[in-house]
Amino acid sequence: MVVLWTDALIYLLLISVLLVALSLRNKEHMQRPLRKISQSKIGIASLVILLFFVGIGLLDSIHFKPSDTKNTEIISVLDYWATNLREHNEKTYSAPFSTHLYSKEIIVSPDGAVHWDYQRLDFGGRHIYLPEHQLLPDIAKKVAFGLVQGIVIDCFLIVVFLIMRYKLSKKGSSLFSLSTRTKTALVVSAVIIAVAYCLIYLSSFYHVFGTDKVGEDVFYQAIKSIRTGLVLGTLTTLVMLPLAIIFGILAGFFGGWVDDVIQYIYTTLNAIPGVLLIAASILMVQVYMAGHEQAFTSIIVRADTRLLFLCLILGVTNWTGLCRLLRAETLKLREMEYVQAARALGVKQGMILFRHILPNVMHIVLISVVLDFSSLVLAEAVLSYINIGVDPTTYSWGNMINGARLEMAREPIVWWSLSAAFLFMFTLVLAANLFADTVQDAFDPRRSAE
Amino acid sequence: MIQYIIRRFLYAIPLLIGVNILTFVLFFVVNSPDDMARMQLGQKRVTEQSINNWKQQHGYNLPLLWNAEAQDQEKVTQTIFYQKSVGLFLFRFGVSDSGRNIGADIQERMWPSLALALPTLVLGLIVDISLALMMVLYRNSYIERTGLVLCVVLLSISSLFYIIGGQFIFAKVLKWVPISGYDDGFSAIKFLLLPIIIGVFSGSGSGVRWYRTLFLEEVEKDYVRTARAKGLTETQALFKHVLPNALIPILTGVVVILPLLFMGSLIMESFFSIPGLGSYTLDAINSQDFAIVRSMVFLGSVLYVFGLLLTDISYTWVDPRVRLS
Repeated sequence: MVVLWTDALIYLLLISVLLVALSLRNKEHMQRPLRKISQSKIGIASLVILLFFVGIGLLDSIHFKPSDTKNTEIISVLDYWATNLREHNEKTYSAPFSTHLYSKEIIVSPDGAVHWDYQRLDFGGRHIYLPEHQLLPDIAKKVAFGLVQGIVIDCFLIVVFLIMRYKLSKKGSSLFSLSTRTKTALVVSAVIIAVAYCLIYLSSFYHVFGTDKVGEDVFYQAIKSIRTGLVLGTLTTLVMLPLAIIFGILAGFFGGWVDDVIQYIYTTLNAIPGVLLIAASILMVQVYMAGHEQAFTSIIVRADTRLLFLCLILGVTNWTGLCRLLRAETLKLREMEYVQAARALGVKQGMILFRHILPNVMHIVLISVVLDFSSLVLAEAVLSYINIGVDPTTYSWGNMINGARLEMAREPIVWWSLSAAFLFMFTLVLAANLFADTVQDAFDPRRSAE
Repeated sequence: MIQYIIRRFLYAIPLLIGVNILTFVLFFVVNSPDDMARMQLGQKRVTEQSINNWKQQHGYNLPLLWNAEAQDQEKVTQTIFYQKSVGLFLFRFGVSDSGRNIGADIQERMWPSLALALPTLVLGLIVDISLALMMVLYRNSYIERTGLVLCVVLLSISSLFYIIGGQFIFAKVLKWVPISGYDDGFSAIKFLLLPIIIGVFSGSGSGVRWYRTLFLEEVEKDYVRTARAKGLTETQALFKHVLPNALIPILTGVVVILPLLFMGSLIMESFFSIPGLGSYTLDAINSQDFAIVRSMVFLGSVLYVFGLLLTDISYTWVDPRVRLS
């Protein structure tokens, strides 16, 4: 097993999220907003979708070196499971569900005749003999078959779930009395599992989203990009939070010269156009990596270092907004009676900050973390377009768009890379946005008053 | 009032010094001129001699902060810091690594940027505010709900897709406007039309939502209830009372970004090949021309600080409650 830097940080993040969740489990003030989230159908549905994406991202974050093969490239568990997708490479572009290549080339028939035609694909639709007649019925059959199998799996899982629930719950509760939130969660997961299963089943016969310029399966690329998006969206906040919380609270609580210095720091940082700061820093990393070649022998390690660094830089450029919010909130809290009372009772300043101020600004932190997530995922695409995003070898939606953009001028156009990137990105960002709205509704005291 | 403005103005000076020092550290200390030369000349097989030549040519062969070999005053002036960074304060941007005069380039290129950014901002404001007002007017109806759903959908789509999709549909398939390019004078309109519309459209999701929350906050207030109690219709109350009051935070929010409009938009300009400052910056990043990037960083921060100053002034101007102390 090989642990990359971002892997380690993801585990760290996961553990800390679990620990925080555990410690807050029985706190009454957390119960109310959580109940509110669980009552919202949209909130639950988007949460399930997000968890599905996170699951894929986590599978993609367990890396190891395969022992049986000759090549020494590091792969993840997801790569291992998707070996078929990964290794079924064609020569160049091919459309989704196509049996032939995108461009014509010279074909030499077994009898020696030479003609100019579309070559059959090496893997996509190989099982069909007469593509002109059999392709559409075969696709329809395979889709139906995949969906039916997916639904059967769904039914099985739901039955297992119901029995487990029945066994675990107290005697007397009915087998089928489900709350709305459980129903929503079940329905959404059932749909996801059925569709995912169907896609996996189809992808062993066809290239569901076509292939790209070097013949790589686009479906595989889109799935691999999930991890990149998640890493950027979450690890950046990990960098951002300590800076924003410490500086924001200190500035608001102490005022005076501390406040002046901190305000000066964040206004200065804010004044520099973020894109240019990122560009300069990425150039810096490139120079560093060029100077220390022996430390970055593997492509994946190089790409990972750059991804990590991008998170760092985005964190440094993004903490100022949250910092300002926290400062304003702390300014307000400082004058509250309970803080004054604590001070009058002689509670130490550190203790006041930790016990009285920090817990009361946490809702702002939480809201801004979920709100930032989607904008970071979107920012990745733009940064990759400017060539200052993730490494060109990293799978990311930005890189997919960037590569596909140049092919828009071709006739007939190569639309599938772009569509796949759009579909996956849109699903993730939409789910994140909807979830962020629910969280904001639940945790923002101004909104929950309604 | 004047005293207040002077004080805010003086506050801008340490900010700009901070920015200047930060860029200096980033571009000369962390990335040494040797690294830059290697970047420009290609990583492999670069001789010491060619690096020195390159540094000599571009004036990077001086010490960073203190020139011990020079005479008197030149101990300070004959350094990279003085030559490359201090001049920025007087808007002496110097020469780019490819030998062009940056100051002249900026002056020439800021107008196309402005021609794209200003209409996008104004049109965007008008569209967003009217849609938000409509949603507030018909709140708790299906219009508001569909509007909100549409907003979330719109803001979940990457701006790249708006540009690629818009360019494909309106320029390539329908051929209403040219795909990209730019022209001087009024003939530029046909090139600017599509980017402006795309810019307005892609920003409308988050814009409408933001203005809607602003208006909703205002609608709940007592003075609106009083206005309604007086017998004003909902529409009258909204346009006569809510809109003028909500315009204060909107306008002050706009003032901050007004100077930054000169900087242009990176992706919009490069997709539509508009020769503005955005595409200038992007080209500089891609060709690793540090001199231009440095100048743009400084220009950007000057404009930002200027925007802050304008905001402070506009606050005191529109909102009499703001004290000047």
